[in-house]
Amino acid sequence: MCTVCGCSPENQHHDHDHDHDHDHDHEHHEHGHSHSHGETKNARKIAVETDILSKNNRLARENRNLFFRKGVFVLNLVSSPGSGKTSILERTLHDLRQKLRFAVIEGDQQTDNDAVRIAATGVPVRQINTGAGCHLDAHMVSHAFESFNLEELDILLIENVGNLVCPASFDLGENHKVVVLSVTEGEDKPLKYPAMFHNADVMLLNKVDLLPYVDFDAEKCKEMARQVNPDILIFDVSSKTGEGMSDWYEWLAAGIRQG
Amino acid sequence: MHELSLTQGVIEICESSAGGRRVTAVVLLVGELSSVVPEALEFCFEACSKGTLLEGARLIIERIPARGKCHDCSNEFHLRSYYNSCPSCGGHQVAIISGEELRVKEMEVD
Repeated sequence: MCTVCGCSPENQHHDHDHDHDHDHDHEHHEHGHSHSHGETKNARKIAVETDILSKNNRLARENRNLFFRKGVFVLNLVSSPGSGKTSILERTLHDLRQKLRFAVIEGDQQTDNDAVRIAATGVPVRQINTGAGCHLDAHMVSHAFESFNLEELDILLIENVGNLVCPASFDLGENHKVVVLSVTEGEDKPLKYPAMFHNADVMLLNKVDLLPYVDFDAEKCKEMARQVNPDILIFDVSSKTGEGMSDWYEWLAAGIRQG
Repeated sequence: MHELSLTQGVIEICESSAGGRRVTAVVLLVGELSSVVPEALEFCFEACSKGTLLEGARLIIERIPARGKCHDCSNEFHLRSYYNSCPSCGGHQVAIISGEELRVKEMEVD
């Protein structure tokens, strides 16, 4: 059993063989504290008052503290399947890997296809297969980065499972959620999946090279994204042509500088 | 279907507070903005509670209305979604006061 989080080997996700040689501190233990109403120990009603996500939030906080101490800038990329998350990562790694030290965690229900694509860029990568799971959580991520030497990283990119609903609720310990939306999707996705766009700090509008060929009103889409999240930062990009990628790269570099 | 993970969280929390006693009812607070489908929680609860102290327990879900406060005019109002603007001045800068809750409020034990 894992001494950090109490997980068993039969846990529902699997990523890789790990030896549980943690190099990070874990601040045990923030249990929801409960107390009985009434004076007797046989009281039937127990006030619990504990957030359902408290365990994930605690593990995410531990991840975040560790990333901060090691000076790693961490992004959680979320989107629906097929918006181009992996292509954006490939392009970013290709263009910046000589200047910045990257690592990538790939989340998918099945296959290591994306990890193979990332590995081809020469950047260290771990694949998490969630099986039936529809999102990554802080616990899975904490095991996936065990194999990286965080001291030697500037930036950790976590590609979440393609899903605009569930990953919105699970903090991984990242600095920012980055939501990717492509112009081949509906422009009203920010209104259809408001929790995700509300929780993201950055939106990458991808595949803008296809704008002349599709019925997608980019301005209307951005207006809807700002309706859900007035502070969201939006970059128009094309991972295929490279259009707009330099602004994204500047933002990444600024994030790393600010720690 | 993240309700499955959430339900496992509920069961873990309740079992750790139950002191080994059988749990007969659980009350959850679920905000209107929490991206959770109550029916899916009920479905998962029945499946996940089997063989635990919560098997057969009643699941009571209390919905918490979403309320927002306008940054511009301080008006407080009922939010139907994250993108509702202020009905008074039309402003989009709205702070969420309630509606994102996902909590185990209380439970009953034998």
